[in-house]
Amino acid sequence: MKTVIDAHNISKVYNKDKIPVYAINNVHLHIELGEFTALVGPSGSGKTTLLNLIGGLDTPDAGKIEINGTDITALRSNELIDFRLKNIGFVFQSFNLIPVLTAEENVAFIMELQGMSKAERQNRIKTLFGQIGLEDKLNSRPSQLSGGQQQRVAVARALASKPQFVLADEPTANLDTASANKLMDIMALLNKEEQMTFIFSTHDPRVIERARRVITLVDGSIVSDTAQVNIYSTNGHEK
Amino acid sequence: MFILKLAWKNLWRNRVRSAITMAAIFFAVLLSVLTSSLKNGIFDNLINNLVGLYSGYIQIHRKGYWDDQLLDNALQTSSSAEKKILSNRNVLHLSARLESFALASTGEITKGCKIIGINPFEENNITLLASKLIQGKYLKEKDNGILVAEGFLKRVRLHLNDTLILLGQGYHGSTAAGKYPIKGIVRFGLADLNNNVIYMPLLLAQDMYGAQNMATSYALSLSNAKELDITANELRRSLSETYEVMTWEEMMPDIKQHISSDTQSMLVVQTILYLLISFGIFGTLLMMMAERKYELGMLVAIGMKKARLAWLLLLESVMTVFLGCIAGIAASIPVVYYFNRYPIRITGDMAKAYEQFGFEAIFPTSLGLSNFISQGVIVLLIGLALSLYPVYTVWKLNPVEAMKK
Ligand SMILES: Nc1ncnc2c1ncn2[C@@H]1O[C@H](COP(=O)(O)OP(=O)(O)OP(=O)(O)O)[C@@H](O)[C@H]1O
Ligand SMILES: [Mg+2]
Repeated sequence: MKTVIDAHNISKVYNKDKIPVYAINNVHLHIELGEFTALVGPSGSGKTTLLNLIGGLDTPDAGKIEINGTDITALRSNELIDFRLKNIGFVFQSFNLIPVLTAEENVAFIMELQGMSKAERQNRIKTLFGQIGLEDKLNSRPSQLSGGQQQRVAVARALASKPQFVLADEPTANLDTASANKLMDIMALLNKEEQMTFIFSTHDPRVIERARRVITLVDGSIVSDTAQVNIYSTNGHEK
Repeated sequence: MFILKLAWKNLWRNRVRSAITMAAIFFAVLLSVLTSSLKNGIFDNLINNLVGLYSGYIQIHRKGYWDDQLLDNALQTSSSAEKKILSNRNVLHLSARLESFALASTGEITKGCKIIGINPFEENNITLLASKLIQGKYLKEKDNGILVAEGFLKRVRLHLNDTLILLGQGYHGSTAAGKYPIKGIVRFGLADLNNNVIYMPLLLAQDMYGAQNMATSYALSLSNAKELDITANELRRSLSETYEVMTWEEMMPDIKQHISSDTQSMLVVQTILYLLISFGIFGTLLMMMAERKYELGMLVAIGMKKARLAWLLLLESVMTVFLGCIAGIAASIPVVYYFNRYPIRITGDMAKAYEQFGFEAIFPTSLGLSNFISQGVIVLLIGLALSLYPVYTVWKLNPVEAMKK
């Protein structure tokens, strides 16, 4: 299988001058194309920090992170922004969208940043909104969408520029069970149909059980890394 | 292009805030266009009255005349020099004058007066002398009558068509004397002129003073008064060393001083005005940036280059400023026009002071385009300078920090 993320010995230390906090402590992480992986662990265990590091939003204090063979720790800040634009999709916990743009424009926006042609954009939007099941909400503003719908648009945006992988930090944390399930269904579908690699952090056991691989962090270290059988069909949750 | 669209949409995301910012800019521009057009209008009026209608914008004398204003320092009129002067692209009209003093006597009363020999037609081109006529007839080139200022006529208690005896010292010590019928009466706002001046045709004055073909000055009018110094310098270069070229500013430095000190106090007022709105705009910018911190962090996180984000914010500020500015200018146009048509009229001591200077105490606004454009440009520059703050913030932005709740 093709390797997308290869992180060796990465550490992130906060509060270096006083009592150092190892938010991430000497972590190795290897992610392959097509994974559907959950990052779990108690609050403060370093999930967000780890996602920020492999997403190139933050730089490690030690170690090396390679994405598709590129050492992102060696990139300068402007190069890193460009790298993120072209290689990594992000879904945040909430407020992912630009409030003054419609759902469609929010997704088109990142493709425009990438310099995609109009025809290409329109095609992609059509496909993506079909996949997230929001063809009828193209012209809705974020404020006119439910939290779950907003997260689905955020997923569409994350995939819009065809990244190497998508990072989602607690994407369902603010959603009710039904919306969370729907979002996970969509992510699972995209994982299957587009071969898209997903890494998501969560506290929610119902989300954890959707993953095929579960990495558990405690105090900045990986304490377990297990493969599990996905009990759901790809098209919907438990009947 | 999509950045422009996004900037436009962001402009309206907080309507109240945008409206307040634009209103502040609107009023600042409106006030400042008004003050500046009023200031320029007043000065244009002053210069027109004093300079345009009296001294001329530029005068040419024989070298040394201005410091020692004697007939003996008069210049020899020369058609080649006149041609040279008139060939300057900015010189509109030229009028030769012969000015000196005389005693005017009725037999019973004798008063000192100022005699100005003029070319009636050419003088009227510059100072609109004929329009000052209140009784009788304007002069002709070969007349042997005179025009007397109303105030002076009262002092010597004479009337139209009476005869006045003039006595003076002519060129190189000769005696100048003559009897002249009063052909017309002129009235000036400037008391100094109105109480002392007698006009006669240049030929007649040259004859009386024994100063054939002589003039004490050439008064010039210009097609573009703004190029005063440039034109004076051009004339200095083209004329020989025996002439002196003086602008009205050099001849009447106190007026020039008055204008520049007034301009400075006006500038202080405008600066305060602009400082006030700058603080206002800056306040709203601070608020806006605090409110959008998370969103800006998110945009950088998903891969929007900081330069682009800065450009977006810059566009937003410029648009806000531009809209307020355009609205302010648009609103000021009718107001400025109104006060140009119906000038503000002042009363009281101020009015008296102005009347002593010799013109009506009215404050018309100037319609000059530069009043509108310069204020617009200033506000736009302020907007640009202030938008350096969001640009700086974006430059320093760390997406992880910005997105922390
Ligand atoms: N900017 C920072 N400065 C200091 N300490 C920090 C900073 N960011 C995170 N930390 C610390 O690093 C550790 C890991 O934090 P992190 O946010 O990665 O945890 P998490 O697993 O995402 O927690 P949660 O489930 O609550 O989101 C915590 O102890 C946290 O206090
Ligand atoms: Mg977290």
